[in-house]
Amino acid sequence: MLKILKYSFYDLMRSRWSYVYFAFYLLLGIVLLFLNNDLSKAVITLMNVIIILVPLIGTIFGVMYYYNSKEFTELLLAQPLKRSSIFLGQYLGVAISLSMSLILGLGLPFVFYGLFESSAIWDFSLLLITGTFLTLIFTALAFNIALSNENKIKGFGYAILLWLFLAVIYDGIFLMILIGFEEYPLDKVSLIGTMLNPIDLSRTLILLKLDISALLGYTGAIFKQFFGTSFGLIVSFIALSLWVIVPVLRIVYKSKKKDF
Amino acid sequence: MKKLVVFMSVMLMTVTSVAQKLEVCKTCAITTVQAAITQAKPFDTIIIRKGIYKEFDLNVDKPLTIIGKNQPVIDGELKGEIITITSDNVAIDGLIIKNVGTSYTSDYAAIRVKRSKNFTIQNVVLEKLFFGIYIERSNDGKILNNKIIGDAVEEYNSGNGIQLWYSKNIQIEHNVVQHVRDGIYLEFSDFCTIKNNLSSLNVRYGLHFMFSNDDVYENNEFSNNGAGVAVMFSKRIKMYNNLFKDNWGTASYGMLLKEINDAEIIGNTFHDNTIGINIEGSNRIIYKHNNFRNNGWAIKVRGACYTNTFTENNFLYNSFDIAYNSNVNDNTFDRNFWSSYTGYDLNKNGIGDIPYRPVKLFSYIVNRTPETIILLRSMFIDIIDFSEKVSPVFTPDDLMDNNPLMKKATW
Repeated sequence: MLKILKYSFYDLMRSRWSYVYFAFYLLLGIVLLFLNNDLSKAVITLMNVIIILVPLIGTIFGVMYYYNSKEFTELLLAQPLKRSSIFLGQYLGVAISLSMSLILGLGLPFVFYGLFESSAIWDFSLLLITGTFLTLIFTALAFNIALSNENKIKGFGYAILLWLFLAVIYDGIFLMILIGFEEYPLDKVSLIGTMLNPIDLSRTLILLKLDISALLGYTGAIFKQFFGTSFGLIVSFIALSLWVIVPVLRIVYKSKKKDF
Repeated sequence: MKKLVVFMSVMLMTVTSVAQKLEVCKTCAITTVQAAITQAKPFDTIIIRKGIYKEFDLNVDKPLTIIGKNQPVIDGELKGEIITITSDNVAIDGLIIKNVGTSYTSDYAAIRVKRSKNFTIQNVVLEKLFFGIYIERSNDGKILNNKIIGDAVEEYNSGNGIQLWYSKNIQIEHNVVQHVRDGIYLEFSDFCTIKNNLSSLNVRYGLHFMFSNDDVYENNEFSNNGAGVAVMFSKRIKMYNNLFKDNWGTASYGMLLKEINDAEIIGNTFHDNTIGINIEGSNRIIYKHNNFRNNGWAIKVRGACYTNTFTENNFLYNSFDIAYNSNVNDNTFDRNFWSSYTGYDLNKNGIGDIPYRPVKLFSYIVNRTPETIILLRSMFIDIIDFSEKVSPVFTPDDLMDNNPLMKKATW
């Protein structure tokens, strides 16, 4: 598995897209820092970018990589190798190279700017951690979709739809439910609703760290109680980890059964 | 010559008898403040030397000037009220007063002024207090350069720093008030000026007006108070160049206006407050040249607010600029700068060519169902805000700034 991981990783490291992705974040980081001159404001803007763009790129890249390397995968399958190690190797190769582009691309400008002396370092690390989680989650989901769909166009379609659902439509439904049941106590519902969507969960985690919690009023108190404690933080990281583990397990399961 | 000598001696006698000086210290003839007050004649000066005087219930019932040299301490040992002034023309200067008694039946104060005129309280330091300076039915006084540091934790068992009750023409300047219930509290007090004070870290309000008219407060700083500044049931209050900051918490605001009419709010800065200004039932108020920066809500309008005008204010990076809970609007917004304005200025006259709508659909939704704030900064919310901006349905459609500025307003 490690060999395949290494191969996928180096393959992607050599590819143009990783550099483009890396350069994009580098540029974004630099522009934000030098136009804003305010580290915590830059963190907020970055959050907006991360919770939308990271999942999108994770999904597209995952699907694209799977379809592109399909012939090579088939070649590998002819060798005496475990199926799970082939697919997990590929998955980790993609996910790790994407996370690296993200962490280095955003990290470098901030380090040069003087992050280590700033109090925003925790917010920023949380941002990078959730960004990495989102990459892992959405690449895994993308591999799932690609494994289940032979047809490239269909696969891409479902991938985009999935992203659209979690990034936009889910919040719409969530909002409708909250407004529809406004006469009932909603704090638990909103807490569960947030937990179920990795994008919402990441957004809430970052927002609460950025002290927007005071805006949340009464609901905020409950949220703060939950996310503010180490218990809540652990629970939300467990939820994020589950979002990684479940799709990865399905990759293993699906790849074992799949007929090539 | 003889006449002159007589005149001189008479002069001398009058001067000595009028401005006799009594000194209080551990080794002087007079060792307690109480004794000095009893022995003093009207218009005498009492000088208190350095030392600790364990006394309370000092009643100043004649016009005296009490001056502390090298900061003498009067320690009330938590037994009750410390100084009560019941005469006109009393001045108190340079004392440290500590340990005022706490009571649930009477409002013990460090210094209380009762039915008197022309008093001056300055350079006084108050520590461990219940009520600090309590002015009761007294007029034409000055409260200057005092420092009041309490240790209040709960609202119910703490008192106010400076409290005015039925008092007129009081000047409150350059005071520092911290850790009490209300920093400065005015009830039924008209024509007072409150200038250059710092009121922070108080349990409830930094400044609190109740039924007080025609007062002016300017150049004060209010920060980190439990709920900010409250101005209630008052008319014609002028609020100039104050700083309201860091009033951050679930029920906090920079300023709360309730039943306020004909006030002027000019040149103030509100930053990092949960709600910059919370307005309820307030009419004909002029908001001009204020800066609203990094607040949760810059202005929250709760209802029954008519004919208010907002001109040349800067709204910078607030989560919500304006929140309304109805779609009726009778207030005017004109020539403000909005950092989230995205319009253009083709004729380069510094005024945006398309009007700005400061009320977002999301702020309307949050007003209705507070739990929805959890979706703040979600992409879906940005989309519905945009569609509402294009064709308003829920937000007041006449609520807009027709002349939004392209650059920050300066004055």
